[in-house]
Amino acid sequence: MPQPTLLSIAQTGKRCTRLPAGDVPERDLADLVPVHHLREASPRLPEVSEPEIARHYALLARDTFNIDRGFYPLGSCTMKYNPKVNERIAAMPGWALLHPDTPAPHAQGTLRLIRELEGWLAELGGMDAATLQPPAGAAGEFCCVRMFRAYHDSRGDERRTRIIVPDSAHGTNPASVTRCAYTATTIRSSGGRVDLGELGRALGDDVAGVMLTNPNTLGLFETDILQIVQMVHAAGAMAYYDGANMNAIMGYARPGDMGFDAMHFNLHKTFATPHGGGGPGAGPVAVKEHLAPFLPVPRAVERDGALDWDWDYPQSIGRVHSYHGNFLVAVRAYAYLLTHGAEGLRRVSEAAVLNANYLAEALKDTLDLPHAGPFMHECVLSAQSLASETGIRALDIAKALIDYGVHAPTVYFPLIVKEAIMVEPTETESKATLDWFIAIVREIVEQARSDPQLLREAPHHASVRRVDEATAARHPKLTWG
Amino acid sequence: MTYVPHSDADWSAMLAAVGAGSVEDLFRDIPHSLRETAVANLPEPLTEPELLAHMRGLARKNDSVEDLICFAGGGLYDRFIPSIVADVVGRPEFLTGYTQYQPEASQGMLQALFEYQSMICELTAMPMANASLYDGASALGEAILLAAGETQRRRALVSRALAPAARHVAQTYCSAMGIEIVEVPYVAGSGETDLDALRAAVDDEVCCVALQQPNYFGVLEDMEGAAGLAHDAGALFVAQVEPISLGILRPPGAYGADIAIGEGQPLGLPMGYGGPLLGLFACRQEVMRRVPGRIVGQTVDVAGNLAYCLTLQAREQHIRREKATSNICTSESLCALAAAVYLAALGPVGLREVAEQSARKAHYLADRLRESGVARVRLAAPFLSEFVLDTGAPGEEAVARLAERGYLVGPALGRAYPELANCVLVAVTEQRTREELDGLVGVLAS
Repeated sequence: MPQPTLLSIAQTGKRCTRLPAGDVPERDLADLVPVHHLREASPRLPEVSEPEIARHYALLARDTFNIDRGFYPLGSCTMKYNPKVNERIAAMPGWALLHPDTPAPHAQGTLRLIRELEGWLAELGGMDAATLQPPAGAAGEFCCVRMFRAYHDSRGDERRTRIIVPDSAHGTNPASVTRCAYTATTIRSSGGRVDLGELGRALGDDVAGVMLTNPNTLGLFETDILQIVQMVHAAGAMAYYDGANMNAIMGYARPGDMGFDAMHFNLHKTFATPHGGGGPGAGPVAVKEHLAPFLPVPRAVERDGALDWDWDYPQSIGRVHSYHGNFLVAVRAYAYLLTHGAEGLRRVSEAAVLNANYLAEALKDTLDLPHAGPFMHECVLSAQSLASETGIRALDIAKALIDYGVHAPTVYFPLIVKEAIMVEPTETESKATLDWFIAIVREIVEQARSDPQLLREAPHHASVRRVDEATAARHPKLTWG
Repeated sequence: MTYVPHSDADWSAMLAAVGAGSVEDLFRDIPHSLRETAVANLPEPLTEPELLAHMRGLARKNDSVEDLICFAGGGLYDRFIPSIVADVVGRPEFLTGYTQYQPEASQGMLQALFEYQSMICELTAMPMANASLYDGASALGEAILLAAGETQRRRALVSRALAPAARHVAQTYCSAMGIEIVEVPYVAGSGETDLDALRAAVDDEVCCVALQQPNYFGVLEDMEGAAGLAHDAGALFVAQVEPISLGILRPPGAYGADIAIGEGQPLGLPMGYGGPLLGLFACRQEVMRRVPGRIVGQTVDVAGNLAYCLTLQAREQHIRREKATSNICTSESLCALAAAVYLAALGPVGLREVAEQSARKAHYLADRLRESGVARVRLAAPFLSEFVLDTGAPGEEAVARLAERGYLVGPALGRAYPELANCVLVAVTEQRTREELDGLVGVLAS
């Protein structure tokens, strides 16, 4: 059962935070502000005491799945452990209590951190320049596609109207294409990878760019990647690398070396910054030299040992954030990189890849495994055979896992696998956890044959039973009013 | 170090289970040429004590509001954050979970976001709100794109007295879509948006009119008048608001706003050098299916019990792909949670006190400055808790000089407003004491 809302436990006159008495002369508000600007009644906010607020959120927290509590193999989201020390660091007053308009001489620590992190990201990506400004992965995608448009425009090449996106791509890719007034051309995959023939037929002198995720959303490395990027460039188009899956390849491959012109990183995936229940994340962008003039402004620069913000980039696409992106997220990522170093990051990718392959190997006879490995950081299983045999679908398995204290994998994505179950274990899960998960999945599949009704009604032990999402959309109730 | 938990024995057993001689075998699909250049040149790893020492040293190179007395504004403010806010958002349940794709596993966060949406509606007097956008700037960009879609018109009128960074981001969004943003000037002496100019510019090709209340100069606008002009032309009216001010100011729903947006940082978020922030977005029901971002709805489970889930997902990129209303996926949920806790901690009386004290202190400071004649309050229209100060010297220099004396004002206005090259913003929050206000006057006089 849900908790009563804060409003429903509120009572007139209850207070939590109190301010000190004002120490300037008391003046009536109407003396300061013309009365017609003032609201007639105070907003109906809850009136509650501090203990009640603490209890309320403690109870809501109890009903919120999270990484510290259990295995969270939500494919494509890289739900790895979030180191505690990074929270301690992000709360340091020098970072947290800094106004963004603090003059540069008084913010040298921050500018240093931004410059260094941009440099390290460019290095990890095999790129030449970077910006921390995009506040999320999709914002990074938009930033890159927007730069492609600016690049082509700067060359007087205005006939390019399309961006090619494989059918295995994240939904944000085609949505970001639309945000730049390009048309998304979807190409079919074959054998779980980009089909070079399809790509060749789709390419032309009206193509502005191609967006690729590599390893792709099936967890497969695009073995033809060098040829793919060559084909894209031969058509005069730009190649964008969706960094959602960087966790698989650190120390083993760099997008810039593959030939990509631009990429984004998800700091909240690869560099373990907390996902916050749906953000804040951060989506820094790194580019090759030829796209650097188009990066968002302002850019952090160093002159004679002093760091400052520079606005003088006339070809810049402009700003994509009010200030410098999700800086406190960047602080955590910076700390994560300093904790690991290059060898540590390589170890991260190795363990992530080993875990994914271990799961795929163990479960390939329990569920369908439509594409063969080796897998990178994740694998995509399918409940299609099980569904035809028993009627139990990927969704039922997802709900049943909740009863075992496991967050469901991503289901029904990528779209090219029927009854998809996309499992990304990440490197921070032990063999014992994986073995336990494997046993649970096998048990659920057994149950599908012995007692399918039990699974159709799962979950049984969560705070609510299966939620009616269709009714929510048909009759939206979006506030307590 | 790393956070990889594998023992050597487990590592070997797992390699054996997958039939790999070494872990490198699993990377065999990556061309050799790529592997040779893949090792990045990064610093040597640090242990936790070394890392903390390094980060403390770096952080000390900054002068935060613990070092400088903060009168800086422009959208982000040094406000008091109740301890309960940091406690709640620091809980691993909220911190380390993700978007609630499986509602049964995340009822708590869903309810918290539902309560956030509800409180934003109470604050703005709008009927619905989403569960957050990136910041106030992205909210403006999204609002204009929504209006363009709703009206099938491709020109937006945005007040020049609306935050420059928000206009800049909106320009990046809109220029990509071939949507034109036309700026409406402000009245030079007063700082209010020029409604005569707005009247002349608004026509049946305009998708929306956007003003900020109080505006970037801290000045109070005739929102009702602007809304009327927009509506007469069939355009939507977008109100960018400062949430603390809504403790005392008329809410957007009362003056006819179709979309209310704002920067949510003042609601319990640390300034954090400008991020993460919180984009507030509330609107009329009629445009519900065009709204960007996550929305939480109340529903029932199969047993008929009350439950929450993400809803109206047919708007979103993971369902609609290129036809989605926005590309946004990960947003600022944790910041929305902070805002909800802040609003509950302050309550209606506390929020009113914060807004009133800020206004009283700002007017006290402006009066002292006027009396002492050391610097001029530049714009004459009524303001709330922030104002434009003419320092008689280039604004950037004044900001730098004051920072050396321990006071942070700004931003300087010259870059965005060349005609205000000698001006800076001065914002006053409930945190400032009379001694600090008098101190700023003294420093400006010396």
